[in-house]
Amino acid sequence: MTERVDDIVEVCLLAGKLMLESGGETYRVEDTMVRIAASFGVSRSHSYVTPTGIMFSVEGTNVTRFIRISERSTDLSKVALVNHISRRISSGELSLDEARNELERVQQQPLGYPLWQQTAAAAGASACFASLLGGMNHFLPSLLSGGMAFWCFEMMHRLVKIRFFAEFFAAFVAGGIVLLMERTGLVRDVGNMMIGSVMPLVPGLAITNAVRDLMAGHLIAGLSRGAEAFLTAFAIGTGIAFILSIR
Amino acid sequence: MMIVELLLSFVASSLFGVIFNIPKRLLPHSGFVGMSGWAMYMAAARSGMDGVAATFAAAFFVAFVSNGFARRYRTPATIFIVSGIIPLVPGGTAFEAMRHVVMNDYNAAISLAAKAFMISGAIAMGLIFSEVVNQLVKRRP
Repeated sequence: MTERVDDIVEVCLLAGKLMLESGGETYRVEDTMVRIAASFGVSRSHSYVTPTGIMFSVEGTNVTRFIRISERSTDLSKVALVNHISRRISSGELSLDEARNELERVQQQPLGYPLWQQTAAAAGASACFASLLGGMNHFLPSLLSGGMAFWCFEMMHRLVKIRFFAEFFAAFVAGGIVLLMERTGLVRDVGNMMIGSVMPLVPGLAITNAVRDLMAGHLIAGLSRGAEAFLTAFAIGTGIAFILSIR
Repeated sequence: MMIVELLLSFVASSLFGVIFNIPKRLLPHSGFVGMSGWAMYMAAARSGMDGVAATFAAAFFVAFVSNGFARRYRTPATIFIVSGIIPLVPGGTAFEAMRHVVMNDYNAAISLAAKAFMISGAIAMGLIFSEVVNQLVKRRP
């Protein structure tokens, strides 16, 4: 039995780790782990999740495990996949080994969309927002500045592992491109273009997760995600302020 | 003009889905959620509602539609909410606040920042109220 409990805990931790690393809400991770354990017959288990670590313990045994989460990315389709697997486990469709195989397959999956597609999407989204705020003549210039900002963010994030600096740098680049275009007389309405270009950097997931975690009563997770969202907003604001001050 | 705006918000929100890596088949849905949020915001703002109240109404509506999709497709509601609330983020107000900081006009900057903060709070409250409705609906047999 003890060996089996070890295996169950292993599967629970794998599911929790995948979800947390891909940007799932903390309460969803806790809930998923306890549910998976319960459907394999471990009815009394406890999980405690923060955005940077998972603790999982089975009551009445010595099994307690801890894993540290250091890398987080945004891949909501993985959250959806793990969620789906957990539903199938709960309905008794998957055995323990099958569940582990399915989860490992999700783990090895590459990121949902390649970088060029994401950059193109960011460029398009920036252009749409700038046109929404200021009119259709903002479309083409924002395509350039928004796309460049997102690409610079990704490149800077790979180079320097400090997320907030990468966000600052990307906002700086976006503002710089818009400023150059203003100097050469291509655009006049700097404000709406800058807003549109930094839109892809806005911490939408952090805001959503912070609110949903706070609602579920996870005060620590909610506050730390809120701090993440605030710092990101601050980094973007500083980048734009830098550009405005040299304008 | 209205149709162009709706189309732009639809495209923008579904493209945000790509940035957040949501499943391909759900991209149109996230676009629809973003579009309905923007439409709600515009309708409220143009009927003379305050920006904070309009944002609250729109965020409520976004989360309401998202929860509906989440039940229908058996997937986390977050997938639809994240790209849906992006158009509501007070980018313009925050930008103006930053501009005034740079001009050393702190009085104007603080009042604008307070407004941006209130709008962010309205997004959060909209999500919370919608979740309450969702739980009440779920509980009913």
